[in-house]
Amino acid sequence: MALTLEQVEHIAALARLRLTAEEKARYREQLSAILDYMAKLRQLDTRTAAIEPTATVLPLRTVLRPDEVTPSLPPEELLANAPAAEAQMFRVPPVLE
Amino acid sequence: MTLTDLTLHEAAALLREGKTTSLELTEACLARIDSLDPTLRAFLTTTPDLAHAAARAADKRIADWRPHSASDHPLHPLTGIPLAIKDVLCLKGTRTTAGSRILENFVAPYTATAVQRLLDAGVVILGKTNCDEFAMGSSTENSGYGVTHNPWDAARVPGGSSGGSAAAVAARMAFGALGTDTGGSVRQPASFCGIVGLKTSYGRVSRYGLIAYGSSLDSIGPLARTVADAALIFGAIAGHDPRDATSMPTPVPDVSLDSKDLEGVRVGVPKEYFIVGVQREVEAAVRAAIRGLEALGAQAVEISLPHTEYALPAYYLIAPAEASANLARFDGVRYGPRVETRHYSPRSEAERGGASLLWDVYLDTRGERFGPEVKRRIMLGTYALSAGYYDAYYGQAQKVRTLIKRDFEEAFKSVDVIACPVAPTTAFKIGEKTDDPLAMYLEDVFTLPPSLAGICGLSVPCGFDRNRLPVGLQLLGPAFGEATVLRVGRAYEQATEWHKQTPNL
Repeated sequence: MALTLEQVEHIAALARLRLTAEEKARYREQLSAILDYMAKLRQLDTRTAAIEPTATVLPLRTVLRPDEVTPSLPPEELLANAPAAEAQMFRVPPVLE
Repeated sequence: MTLTDLTLHEAAALLREGKTTSLELTEACLARIDSLDPTLRAFLTTTPDLAHAAARAADKRIADWRPHSASDHPLHPLTGIPLAIKDVLCLKGTRTTAGSRILENFVAPYTATAVQRLLDAGVVILGKTNCDEFAMGSSTENSGYGVTHNPWDAARVPGGSSGGSAAAVAARMAFGALGTDTGGSVRQPASFCGIVGLKTSYGRVSRYGLIAYGSSLDSIGPLARTVADAALIFGAIAGHDPRDATSMPTPVPDVSLDSKDLEGVRVGVPKEYFIVGVQREVEAAVRAAIRGLEALGAQAVEISLPHTEYALPAYYLIAPAEASANLARFDGVRYGPRVETRHYSPRSEAERGGASLLWDVYLDTRGERFGPEVKRRIMLGTYALSAGYYDAYYGQAQKVRTLIKRDFEEAFKSVDVIACPVAPTTAFKIGEKTDDPLAMYLEDVFTLPPSLAGICGLSVPCGFDRNRLPVGLQLLGPAFGEATVLRVGRAYEQATEWHKQTPNL
């Protein structure tokens, strides 16, 4: 199944990726080929209720920690990697013009 | 005697006997990095100052211990040993890039648990090793900082994604290294570089401080020159950590590597792993290794893992889906460079298409700073999770994952370990597969099923092809069965000379 250019643009927007025209064309071709290969999965009939999806291989268990206040990393150390920060906050460009 | 030629165990013994110092070992490794790494490019960052300080501290620890050496006074066997760390693991105060340009200036504000446990044991960290960007790749060609070269043949890839760690160990620039394995990223580079690599069971080693790729699959494991060395590093990093809710409280076994025979060990040989497309010399070497296990007393039986062929499509939906969510955090706000191409000139609503300026920062930062393979996987994962396609792709892949997990559970009812190739081929040429993503994904065909099942696996050197490129034997064990695969791997290693071969550098 071939992806359309519109589908590629829609996925890129959902993924917050700006793509060049060349990238869009290439990903359209490559992702179409990859998804064709994935169609193989439909050869398996998994409709029986006995086949539950696996989200984790671990046994399900509830992990709790003691309800105690423990120190966190200092804000200034965490903000040190930010491209822009001010008054213990991340600074971002205007959301509204 | 060249210090860097020693195994980790040999170096540790000399340290205890006072015949060398951690500082000498560290200097020897750093000198070797200086002479070889301009060509091999295994390291993204070296940390000589940290290494020197750690080595001096280790030497003091050993000196303080020596008067008590006859008593039960403990000295961790890794004390003073120089190791390398894959650059997806955080080390406080050190640049940590995950091989990505989107983190080119990121300085980790804390240390990963696995790394901290090594530091606590007295390990000397030499630096951070190259890898495919965010561990997505099978050749290290997807690094944002250039490819690492295979020490056996510089025209070839070291495998991936932990290619820098594998090359550093194979070239004897470090006595061992940490790597990470999501779909084969410890085992396959170990195989390509002729060393030992252990993929730990999911939940065995804390992922705290590991930059996430596929969170239901990511595991951390050692690369080393011998199984015994890998077992030592494994023992130091494994075990429950309250900072990772998926790290299991299962006790870490004392790995006994003394037994040289494999009497009573049942070895499963899965017929689905000996198929068309496997390089003839790889199959021959692995078959010979299985006969070697039989010669040690093991009993080999053919088994079937019927859903093997579905692991690749299932993995390449599940891992990218998880990656698309995990990598949403790289948005030019909290860390990494911010790309601002639009300069906030007031524009009309129509020009902006209704989008905000912050939206532009997201698009430009991610579009410019992520490499082609990462973007491809984010797109694939986003599609697999998107409305209208979720059930057909992601949902179906998760159900197939159940079938693959059951294949192994069924097999381990009748065998103790499974023996098979690590990869269908030996190391391929740089550039050979970069134009065809699907051909690159096929490299992982034998490492993906165990990853989806969350079990453990060991890559052990078992031969060479006609180009003198190493071949790896993959030994798989059940979840939390590391002690078994290490014991079988160690017995095999002691009966063979493959791991003693070194590249001409």
